[in-house]
Amino acid sequence: MDVILDVSHLTMDFGGLRALDDVSLTIERGEIMALIGPNGAGKTTFFNCITGIYTPTAGDIVIRKPDGGKRERINGLKPNQVTERGMARTFQNIRLFPNMTVLENVMIGRHCRTHAGIAGAILRDPRTRREEQDVVDHSYAILEKIGLADHVNDLAKNLPYGAQRRLEIARALATEPFLLLLDEPAAGMNPIETQELDELITRIRDEEHISILLIEHDMKLVMSLSDRITVMDYGKKIAEGTPSEIRNNPVVIKAYLGEDIDA
Amino acid sequence: MRFWSEVKQSVLVAVWFMFLTFPILVIRVNPIEKLVVWRWRNLLWIGIGAFVLSFLWRALLRRKERGKPATSTETAWKTDWVSWIAASPGRYIPALGVVGLIAVLFPIVMSPYQTNIMITALMYVVLGLGLNIVVGLAGLLDLGYVAFYAVGAYSYALLNHHFALGFWTVLPLAALLAACFGVLLGFPVLRLRGDYLAIVTLGFGEIIRLILENWNEFSFGPSGISGIARPGFFGVSMTLNQAIVYLYYLMIGLTLFTIFVVNRLQNSRIGRAWIALREDEIACQAMGVDKTKTKLTAFALGATWAGMVGVIFAAKTTFINPASFTFLESAMILSIVVLGGMGSIVGVIVAAFILILLPEYLRAFSEYRMLIFGMIMVLMMVFRPQGIVATVRKAYQFKRRTL
Repeated sequence: MDVILDVSHLTMDFGGLRALDDVSLTIERGEIMALIGPNGAGKTTFFNCITGIYTPTAGDIVIRKPDGGKRERINGLKPNQVTERGMARTFQNIRLFPNMTVLENVMIGRHCRTHAGIAGAILRDPRTRREEQDVVDHSYAILEKIGLADHVNDLAKNLPYGAQRRLEIARALATEPFLLLLDEPAAGMNPIETQELDELITRIRDEEHISILLIEHDMKLVMSLSDRITVMDYGKKIAEGTPSEIRNNPVVIKAYLGEDIDA
Repeated sequence: MRFWSEVKQSVLVAVWFMFLTFPILVIRVNPIEKLVVWRWRNLLWIGIGAFVLSFLWRALLRRKERGKPATSTETAWKTDWVSWIAASPGRYIPALGVVGLIAVLFPIVMSPYQTNIMITALMYVVLGLGLNIVVGLAGLLDLGYVAFYAVGAYSYALLNHHFALGFWTVLPLAALLAACFGVLLGFPVLRLRGDYLAIVTLGFGEIIRLILENWNEFSFGPSGISGIARPGFFGVSMTLNQAIVYLYYLMIGLTLFTIFVVNRLQNSRIGRAWIALREDEIACQAMGVDKTKTKLTAFALGATWAGMVGVIFAAKTTFINPASFTFLESAMILSIVVLGGMGSIVGVIVAAFILILLPEYLRAFSEYRMLIFGMIMVLMMVFRPQGIVATVRKAYQFKRRTL
């Protein structure tokens, strides 16, 4: 199998606090990997490190685009440069552009794949117009796939909660990623919405051939969706394996349920 | 029931105001004749006035509360008169025609004095539209916008004074120079947002003004520069009145050009990036927008307009000194943007006319001018915080594909 993301010995210190301690992780092409762990385990910090929001203290993050891309170390790149290289993310607390329309939200995702400059914007030459039309069409196609085509011209802030979560995924897809990073996509969703999300994520993997790394607390979703699971606790990786291995791993059970005092 | 409780509240307000103003408005001590005059009638007027105003205030607030659900479900503010006019060509073409006709005929019908006022108003329209890029679209609160205006004015004044460069040569030069200053200001404030950014830009505006005031060898200090050439027209010599009319049409041209460019920018790839940056900086970056580049273009493109208007200002007054570029100017331009509605072109135009023309035509009550000005601002912010004309995002039409 192709390794598309190879994180080795990642460490992140905030002053005296070690939020990530020597975490290594690889993701293979076409895989859905889940990152789980108790609150404060460092999962979101891990996301922020690999997407360029934080610069890690130590360790390497290496990506390799599928279909013969070359290996590239992406430590210290800015978030927009990471996105340009093909890793797009969503946020734990929804971060849409509330006063833009749903379509425009997705169109922002196309920003790094288009080139029109100031002169193009003012003159509206044929090339800019064509590019603009492509952006609109592409964005609309994504919204159709995600099932938000009825809301194109609504403001993002007026969408129901579940739809906002899906719009975040649509926006990330517009950047044409090879790896999609979802930070608690099912948080706050009801069982039906979670079920739909499960199908959506599987469809993205199967139809768009995008690999997925997700942080999630909903164990039912994690167990049914993921190919492999990585478990973190106190900034360290404590286990990795298939859902059934993780379910029966005593270390994981201890991390979640706490240690028995008598033991 | 509701009515009586409102009346009770208003009576309380009236009593409170009567108590507060009692020492100033009722008692008058005449120290020479050692007399105390009790003006009870004033107390009565204060009481009635406070009661009526308070009652009205409550009624308006209640109306606003009731109006709320209707407007928030309607995403596109369809109740707006501007949207109503813009909705169909049958409405906006005649409206534009009337506005155009007034604009063309204005200097012919009106006196040069009125034309001069109109030029000033148009200058503020362009300044407002320029600042609208920075504040309204990109969401970067800039309190030092006047600095770029000063850069434009002084670049024309100095180049004209030292090298006798003409208006038309300097206009693009000043625009470019102002854009450079925009980038210069942009670099140090890239990491700042909100209040911090406001303070730094405020400082920047003051720095520019203080340099102009104190660097005598460069800018001739507080005495300013006089005898700046008016804009030329292929070497035709003009009387003062003709020059004013010429400048008026020039300003109309610049205004149209600004509207055209800003309108195209805000619905472009860059314009969308600005708005996204305003809405959520982290998400914007995570979606692949280069924050540095986007912020700097906003600062540069915003400053460009101030630079050009600065040149026109210098050419119009033929004399400039640093006193024209105080913080009050920045505050005025910012008020135009906020009052008009952040990011809305029509709103900024309307607000610029209101804020510039109102004080001019209220000269009769010149003592109360600023009072009225302040009251309008307070009322607007309470009852219509989105501005005179709220922005409407562009809607796209799609054919439903059969799935």
